[in-house]
Amino acid sequence: MVVYGVGLLAACMLVGVILGDLLGQLIGVQANVGGVGIAMLLLIWATNASRLTLLLAPPTSTGITFWSAMYIPIVIAMAAKQNVVAAVSSGWLALVAGVAAVVVSFAMIPLLSRLGPRSQDQL
Amino acid sequence: MSTAVTLLEQNALITAFMIVALLLAASNWIAARIFQGQIHGSAIAITLGLLLAYWGGWSSGGSNGLADVSFFSGLGILGGAMFRDFAIVATAFGADLDALKRAGWVGVMSVVLGVVLSFLVGAVVAVVFGFSDAVSISTIGAGAATYIVGPVTGTALGASSGVIALSVAAGLVKAILVMVATPLVAKRIGLDNPQSALIYGGLMGTTSGVAAGLAATDPKLVPYGAMTATFYTGVGCLLAPSLLYLLVLSLQRLF
Repeated sequence: MVVYGVGLLAACMLVGVILGDLLGQLIGVQANVGGVGIAMLLLIWATNASRLTLLLAPPTSTGITFWSAMYIPIVIAMAAKQNVVAAVSSGWLALVAGVAAVVVSFAMIPLLSRLGPRSQDQL
Repeated sequence: MSTAVTLLEQNALITAFMIVALLLAASNWIAARIFQGQIHGSAIAITLGLLLAYWGGWSSGGSNGLADVSFFSGLGILGGAMFRDFAIVATAFGADLDALKRAGWVGVMSVVLGVVLSFLVGAVVAVVFGFSDAVSISTIGAGAATYIVGPVTGTALGASSGVIALSVAAGLVKAILVMVATPLVAKRIGLDNPQSALIYGGLMGTTSGVAAGLAATDPKLVPYGAMTATFYTGVGCLLAPSLLYLLVLSLQRLF
């Protein structure tokens, strides 16, 4: 059933967010530490676990792939609710700091990519 | 006519589905006809979304962009953190576990390096603009990491509300620029495989920026970039008010 997929996805996200919050409390920060990342790992693990393959018959997996496909529309809605006015109108300091941070970070990507093990599988 | 508008407002989330679909359809048309497929339709849609957010914020005076205009309020639900995170988790379905494992330590390193680099850049800019107290410098540096790390750090260190607002603005500029610039520079920085996407997510760190940037570049890369990016804000909130603040303090004593 489609809703099993949605339910599995929801369970992964909730467990991940709770663990991320606990992790944050453990190291004493007022933020969720990697909750969504943990949820992603849980989902990958759950969908690869052999015991759960029966559960993931085609109609079940559409419950997950639908939300995966809704990703771009959701991101567009997210872009449309950003506080662009505050970003643009708060003066040069914020603009310069934000732009400089992005430029420096972009420049680091090729350097770090060279450090890591070469991946053969180009998408 | 007014009853129709009222009904659309009452069904805000459904209205948002329709608006986003129309926006994407228009963007895909523009991408195919005007840009001859050189730019992704989703990149155009995200840019249009940001322009509409500017208009919405300007006309309503609120802080949620287009979502503060009542007719578009459903965009606030659809584009909120809950649905965003739900969809990000869903993209992990079918992600390559080996690619994630192989880039493990580079991923960790990119998050720590990303936080430290953005903090230092923001701190230097703050000094250039005339700030001289370690608390303000650190808060603005933290804001250059993400717009969540900024206020968390500022509150922890007791920064003034004006400085905290500046740090949020710096983080917003970063998030928006990452959304718009990623598809434009993707080729040049080699952002075309799972590993560089992991590093990209770790270095940029802004979840919304990374989410939109990868969506506009290559949706297949989303799970890898999003994975590392979700650890960034936590690491930033850990390092900025502690180690990095102490670093700023000790540098200040030296000069």
